[in-house]
Amino acid sequence: MRTDKIRIFSIACALLGFAVASAAEAGPRIETWETTKGARVLFVAAPDLPILDVRLVFDAGSARDGKHSGLASLTANMLTQGAGEWDANTVAERIESVGAEFSAGAARDMATLSLRTLTERSVLDKVLKTLAKSLSEPRFAETDFERVRENRLVALRQDEQDPGTVGSKAIYRRVFGTHPYAADPAGTLETISTLKREDLVEFHRRYYVAGNAVVAIVGALSREQAENLAERLTAGLDTGEPPPELPPVPKLSDPILERLDFPSTQTHVFAGQPGMRRLDPDYFPLYVGNHILGGSGLVSLLMDEVREKRGLSYSVYSYFLPLSERGPFLAGLQTKNDQAAAAREVLMNTVRRFQEKGPTEDELAAAVKHITGGFPLRIASNAKIVSYLAVIGFYGLPLDYLDRFGERVSQVRAEQIRDAFNRRVHPDRFATVIVGPRKDWAPDAGE
Amino acid sequence: MKSILILLGVLVTHLAVAGSQVHEKVLDNGLKVLMKPDHRAPIVTSQVWYKVGSSYEHGGLTGISHVLEHMMFKGSERLAPGEFSRIIAENGGDENAFTGRDYTAYFQTLAKDRLEIAFELEAERMRNLTLPKEEFLKELEVVKEERRLRTEDDPESLTFEQFNATAYEASPYRIPIIGWADDLEHLQVGDLRAWYRRWYAPNNATLVVVGDLEPETVFLLAEKHFGPLKSEQVLPPKPRGEPAQRGEKRIRVKAPAKEPYLILGYKATALGHGGEPWEPYALEMLASVLDGGSSARFSRELVRGTRVAASASADYGLFTRLPAMFLIDGTPARGHTLEALERAFRAQVERVRREPVTASELERIRTQVVAHRIYKQDSVFYKAMRLGLLESVGLGWPLLEQYIEHLRRVTPEQIRAVARKYLVEDKLTVALLEPQPMDGKQPRSNAAGGHSHAH
Repeated sequence: MRTDKIRIFSIACALLGFAVASAAEAGPRIETWETTKGARVLFVAAPDLPILDVRLVFDAGSARDGKHSGLASLTANMLTQGAGEWDANTVAERIESVGAEFSAGAARDMATLSLRTLTERSVLDKVLKTLAKSLSEPRFAETDFERVRENRLVALRQDEQDPGTVGSKAIYRRVFGTHPYAADPAGTLETISTLKREDLVEFHRRYYVAGNAVVAIVGALSREQAENLAERLTAGLDTGEPPPELPPVPKLSDPILERLDFPSTQTHVFAGQPGMRRLDPDYFPLYVGNHILGGSGLVSLLMDEVREKRGLSYSVYSYFLPLSERGPFLAGLQTKNDQAAAAREVLMNTVRRFQEKGPTEDELAAAVKHITGGFPLRIASNAKIVSYLAVIGFYGLPLDYLDRFGERVSQVRAEQIRDAFNRRVHPDRFATVIVGPRKDWAPDAGE
Repeated sequence: MKSILILLGVLVTHLAVAGSQVHEKVLDNGLKVLMKPDHRAPIVTSQVWYKVGSSYEHGGLTGISHVLEHMMFKGSERLAPGEFSRIIAENGGDENAFTGRDYTAYFQTLAKDRLEIAFELEAERMRNLTLPKEEFLKELEVVKEERRLRTEDDPESLTFEQFNATAYEASPYRIPIIGWADDLEHLQVGDLRAWYRRWYAPNNATLVVVGDLEPETVFLLAEKHFGPLKSEQVLPPKPRGEPAQRGEKRIRVKAPAKEPYLILGYKATALGHGGEPWEPYALEMLASVLDGGSSARFSRELVRGTRVAASASADYGLFTRLPAMFLIDGTPARGHTLEALERAFRAQVERVRREPVTASELERIRTQVVAHRIYKQDSVFYKAMRLGLLESVGLGWPLLEQYIEHLRRVTPEQIRAVARKYLVEDKLTVALLEPQPMDGKQPRSNAAGGHSHAH
């Protein structure tokens, strides 16, 4: 339903998500082990509230779709729609009658099942049985599949009426070309229409295996209880193995400009290129640098130039989305149609200047303080911690990643940022997507 | 019934541990300070809630509360434009602000030893905002962009805005929070100065702090920074009561879109606004009967059962200053028309008017309500939000300790009674989004229908 809140600015840095920091403070104590079937478990005991959060993540995101764009996402969605002898109504009832919450979805790298429940024993027993069976014996019933597919088609058409979503999908296609990251996880009208139930069954059989799973657990459990839980959740899975690595993301060799005609009052501008990997050697210089450029909300350079000084856009941002292979580096804004060219120029000039000159010492010092000073906030709830555990487990980050993040951020020097941006970011070869009415397109614009 | 009782037993024990007491202190200048300790993490959230929002506005000045919220970051006597945000950032803080119908709120979340910085800055902008004209002119453009982004280019938002303005006659809940485009066009910095003087004063605000500190510490710091501020004579807003609706209203909204959309709204009551005291709680439970998760009636019967809906939801806001609507909205599934979806929604309404809900449905909802309340304990921000909201809409924070019990006491007969009293055609407004071609060219023959879906 409608929310009645209006936020003063969109926090672009939220897209970076997993960056956590502190020089002085330690993260939560993470315990890790493998289940009998070979799934990796990460656990943090959180005894203060009678809550349990679980994330089960698989290397089963849309990067594994192949020709069937949307397959990973529909497969994940169908996991909540019936399992074993239970139909969709029964699964919903079993979860919600004890106040639990259960959802499943897929992004580019990961498929994720999320559970939140109370830890009272009879509750936990019912919920875990339901989750384990949903994972290992999903029904993929034909009639439910048809319904989920039809409703996905409605959602995809709703995407087509939103200029931001249209542009966002287009820039991924332009940045990633033939790489699997180019396709939107939701799929397209064409691919979703041709998917068959057997495709989902086969995808599930191949990718939902213990050797391809990470179980992240945060809650009021003992280590023994957590071990028990992880065993129960993965017992019905085949051992299996992780899929082969994704191909590397190719560089953009020439600039690309795509204009999409859209009947909107604003023009949306997206510009970018392949960015960095989750385990990238330049991770920290690029992360801290982008924080200064366009990742820190109201105080970023882009926000200052585009919004604070000129009032050109409500939201303006840049971000790296680090993935298994190089995820995107994207910058963007939205502005009324007749000033789109001017706003784009300010955006690009700001990116170019930063790419050439890097940050000042003052800008760097402020950013380091912002990131490291905010460390306690970023691990202040079970919900946040369980998300970090999933990322640490999935991407194979070291267990002391949170403990050492602040130290690494503090060690970044301005020269390293300048050097990393210089080597890795190439505004003259950016892909650009502009969504807005044709009549407002700048006359000099190439196609 | 057994499991719910066990569950509630568990709940009470743990809430006693996790949900420690709220401490209240009112400063001499009228600022109410609420503090709730939470020692799970070494952080603190500080929120200042002003009793002003779009429902305080009138014609010609709509959107002014939200524009003022933006301007609160644009300089005060001792702070240059943008300096507030830079100081919070350098201290590792998260900050933001939001405007609603009944409130405007500002928050910072910080490491616990930085609370005083937030207090110093918030106290400064509570009384000493400068509202420079050149900053105002730029920021007004930003807000216009925000309106284009959130409303003009979003067909469902556009439909909701028109729906709201059609349903309410006199109630200021008809005013869009972001303001009408033409009112924004003609807003003057002088209007903002007057609005600021009128509403931004310690005696019209609530300071809420939740986090890893002791109440005495927080009260001392609050006294130090907010204590010296002068109070203001604040006249309460006029009631602007909504006249009785005399018959169903319907509108069709035409906008470039691909999928149709439907909203039904029934004028309802609010806590402290007539009817039996349990009625708002019964309406809240009724919303959960229809849309309290994937096992509720809309999902079970309209999405999975007859499959007339691709999505369907029901909503009633328990904590509002003025009476609001019981809302239903949705998008038809492929091959179904808006008319079919509307018939299905009305049949659902007819059923709750006819039959009492079953004991098992009610038990599930009670369990969900209790569980949800415990889940929310995971966030200090949310805890503070609840306290600030209840104070700002005039219900008072102690209701937070009681409302779960009020919800639990709702009976099937009471749910049927509020359905019969409020979900009636004469109180209903219906809005239908009729998609228009995105390329501005060929007219659509059956824009309201589902048959026009491309396959």
